[in-house]
Amino acid sequence: MTDILPMAGANVQVNAVGLSKNDYRGNPSTLCQGCGHNSISNQIISALYEMNIQPDSVAKFSGIGCSSKSPTYFLNRSFGFNGLHGRMPSVATGGLFGDHTIKGIGVSGDGDTASIGMGQFKHAVRRNVDMVYIVENNGVYGLTKGQFSATAEVGLSLKKQGVNQYLPIDICMEAIASNATFVARSFAGNPKQVKELLKAALAHNGIAVLDIISPCVTFNNQENAVHSYTWGKDHEAPLHEISFVPARQEILLEADMQDGEIREVELHDGSTIVLKNLDKDYNPTHRWEALKMLEEAQRENWLITGLIYVEPSKPSLTDTYNLVDTPLNRLTDEDLRPTRESIDKINAMMF
Amino acid sequence: MAVTKNSKSSRIVNDFSITVGTVNGSGSSTANNTILRALFKMGIPVSGKNLFPSNIQGLPTWYTIRVNKLGFVARRDEREIIIAMNPNSFARDLADVQPGGAFFYADDIKQPITRDDITVYPMPIKQLIREQNDLPANLRDLVSNMIYVGVLAQMIGIDLEMIRSALTFHFKGKEKPITLNYDAVVAGAEWARANLEKKDPYYVEPMDKTHGMIMADGNTAGAIGSIYGGLQFTAWYPITPASSLAESLNEYLPMLRKREDGKHTYAVLQAEDELAAIGMTIGAAWSGLRSMTSTSGPGLSLMTEFMGLAYYAEVPVVVWDVQRIGPSTGLPTRTSQGDLSFSAFMGHGDTQQVILLPGGVDECFEFGWKSLDIAERLQTPVLVLSDLDMGMNQWMSKPFEYPETPLDRGKVLWEKDLEELKGNWGRYLDVDDDGITYRTFPGNKHPLAAYFLRGTGHDEYAKYSEEVPVWLRNMDRLKKKYETAKKYVPAPVVRNMRGATIGIIAYGSTESAVDEARYLLDKENGIKADFLRVRALPFNKDVKKFIEKHDVTFVVDMNRDGQMHQLLTLEYPASATKLVSVAYGDGMPASAKWVREGILAQYKKPTAAKAAAAKKVVKAKAASKSAKTAAKKPVKKAAPKKSAKK
Ligand SMILES: Cc1ncc(C[n+]2csc(CCOP(=O)(O)OP(=O)(O)O)c2C)c(N)n1
Ligand code: SF4
Ligand SMILES: [Mg+2]
Repeated sequence: MTDILPMAGANVQVNAVGLSKNDYRGNPSTLCQGCGHNSISNQIISALYEMNIQPDSVAKFSGIGCSSKSPTYFLNRSFGFNGLHGRMPSVATGGLFGDHTIKGIGVSGDGDTASIGMGQFKHAVRRNVDMVYIVENNGVYGLTKGQFSATAEVGLSLKKQGVNQYLPIDICMEAIASNATFVARSFAGNPKQVKELLKAALAHNGIAVLDIISPCVTFNNQENAVHSYTWGKDHEAPLHEISFVPARQEILLEADMQDGEIREVELHDGSTIVLKNLDKDYNPTHRWEALKMLEEAQRENWLITGLIYVEPSKPSLTDTYNLVDTPLNRLTDEDLRPTRESIDKINAMMF
Repeated sequence: MAVTKNSKSSRIVNDFSITVGTVNGSGSSTANNTILRALFKMGIPVSGKNLFPSNIQGLPTWYTIRVNKLGFVARRDEREIIIAMNPNSFARDLADVQPGGAFFYADDIKQPITRDDITVYPMPIKQLIREQNDLPANLRDLVSNMIYVGVLAQMIGIDLEMIRSALTFHFKGKEKPITLNYDAVVAGAEWARANLEKKDPYYVEPMDKTHGMIMADGNTAGAIGSIYGGLQFTAWYPITPASSLAESLNEYLPMLRKREDGKHTYAVLQAEDELAAIGMTIGAAWSGLRSMTSTSGPGLSLMTEFMGLAYYAEVPVVVWDVQRIGPSTGLPTRTSQGDLSFSAFMGHGDTQQVILLPGGVDECFEFGWKSLDIAERLQTPVLVLSDLDMGMNQWMSKPFEYPETPLDRGKVLWEKDLEELKGNWGRYLDVDDDGITYRTFPGNKHPLAAYFLRGTGHDEYAKYSEEVPVWLRNMDRLKKKYETAKKYVPAPVVRNMRGATIGIIAYGSTESAVDEARYLLDKENGIKADFLRVRALPFNKDVKKFIEKHDVTFVVDMNRDGQMHQLLTLEYPASATKLVSVAYGDGMPASAKWVREGILAQYKKPTAAKAAAAKKVVKAKAASKSAKTAAKKPVKKAAPKKSAKK
């Protein structure tokens, strides 16, 4: 087998497996400046680098959406599959059978997961596919220019869309209801927590659902959305032409949040969300308690962040298949084709 | 055939059909299979077809068996013998018997017998089963079907020893069920010998025409073939008539891929729907596994978007479509060839799919492994279009042949290869100029092995691109690859008849009906026909040659719109006027009758001049051939039938 070629320059810092942070990067992002999704990509890079994970031991998966584009912007040295809208879970489910030692990192959006892909999402969760399943949740459809998603709060009004009539879907609740083995929520503007949760998720065997609130600077911003729509229309530019979107600052928490702390955060459009860190003595191993806590938070209008539920001992999907030690995609003819003698036995069985 | 012409006393041997009318869910399948197997073991060419409703219990269902000494085993429209076990279909069954035919019925059905041109045999099934002392009450209904097996055996001459051996096979040698069932057969036979007078002309007699042959259904054959093709991954979702294909994998994989350490070299997964089934299968194929899924019409429709992705992103996945009749839910338990046009262009945008069309059970096996080879060689989806008749019914066939070529994994680069190339490769770089590029699998540890597969526009290095030349280059290459595919897909099978004036093109499960129709056209109508069976899309040059060679070619389709005719017309517009569509789809397996009548209805006698010219050609050819072959073996006979061949 080939040695890993050292890619880092002489003075570049490397991790325990001899790779520099550059070895974990992807192409430059083409998402809007200040988009929460970019910040999550950066934390994925840091978490893998710090955990000394070989890029060839993970595979990237995504659906369709701004969020689903982001695997291009990290881990160029990992295999990846950018599939169809809402169908990332099935591709990852099959895609992780080729080499069972590989961990999946899936990136999806709230539209990709909670609308078109809800069925596949819940079934991947139920099967405990060995992957980190990140939902970059911005409450809108970014890539199709600002329609409501199923996680948008009721009463929210967006230009061209009117007022949202429906109660939002809580991705964490859905995951727990489908027997998820790891469920956490975070906020893209809290990079430290995102990274810590990513590390925990990468260490988990089975599916780890990370619902990360990731503000859309362009379409969850009413004034600006008006502007960019008219701008885009007047110039007949491609709808996702990002150069029309004025660069904005990414929203970042000013100071670390403490256990149990509640903090209001102002978004680009002036609206606020309320984050609440889980209490210190919260026990994340109790399914029913987790649901109860999410229900309470919903009533209070808090977005609970932290590790909400974990069940570390369940086998992952590929574990349950009792596969040979050699990755399936390295098996040879002798492993795969039955013997010549067997064909007579088979023919004798046919009537 | 033509029973009425014969006097009632003349015997008709090994050339008729037997239809059993039962209630769905009444457990008659063991009984019917036993008859079929016993006939097969007597050496008589035979086929068995289940004509069943989309229902679990209660609706009428028929099982039809055809025996034919010449080896024609397509469904026969004429029903010489009917066994009526179902009060609800009694009147219809009675009406369906051929004049001169025989009608057996359970005598607890009290309905008027309205015909005097057939022989009627009442059977005291209830009474005889009550007399079976050893039979537990809960098995009575089930085993009572064996009574008609016994009565029929006695009346037409099925060897009881063959029935015993059929039961032994069926119950895998387990003495108790064998005895219970056999005793009921004997009771029926003995009662018939003592009480019924033979008046109908139908008899079976032993032959030696099934020696070395097997009997199987296409779904089982396809599943086993895939296993010999090194299948590693299947995700599927239940649907009639495809389910038994995936279920057969569950049956045979553990047997054929057993290892000492008890670990598995494969995975079979029941998905939540067909969208997920194809998504998983494509995911697995991308990760380097030999991957296949199986479905039928409604499921195939759901797979469309993914099939476009697999075409464009070049993922080698095999999809078996065991066709049933649509549109929509249609008739879920009836057969069809109605998905051909849809499959050919499956996916939005410019899409061309590779399709394999197995024509028999042995080809289901062969295309089982070959489809995986072809998919990986071409890095594109391969659809295998079977149908309910082929997939679920019992067909006589040549035995499965062990593949003589090693698994073709296509163009794959591992660490060593990349090192040799110094990492210099592009996922979509056409270095061999055949449209087929190189791929790598996840887990490959070379630092330059990875690529990001996407359904969006991409360049030779799999990087996102919206550049016009990049887009055009890629689409042109895919077109070139489809051209290359012609080299790898199975060529058509051509069977010529000396002096043929017309051509017939068909595909899939209609082959035996077409063979028989050709025989009848020749014998009864004096029309000789060459035959080409298409086995794959894209068409290769043999198809073109065949069409060009004949003034008129009839294209036989088991669907309303003549879909093969449509595709051929598109492919060969210059020959379009020579192609005549013979299309029919009512959900029933093809019969020689409709093929022949369909051809005759549109047949135009060649002008005298042309006929004379054709004769001359034959003579000339025969003369030159006899000269050529005098020293060699005799000229290959233009065998009208394939099924009777060993
Ligand atoms: C089958 C299908 N339907 C619709 C679309 C159009 N589409 C592309 S992205 C998208 C929504 C993306 O929203 P989300 O998943 O929330 O991602 P975001 O862009 O907000 O990150 C839609 C509807 C598509 N690509 N495919
Ligand atoms: S439109 Fe919104 S979600 Fe999409 S890249 Fe821009 S900020 Fe991010
Ligand atoms: Mg979104």
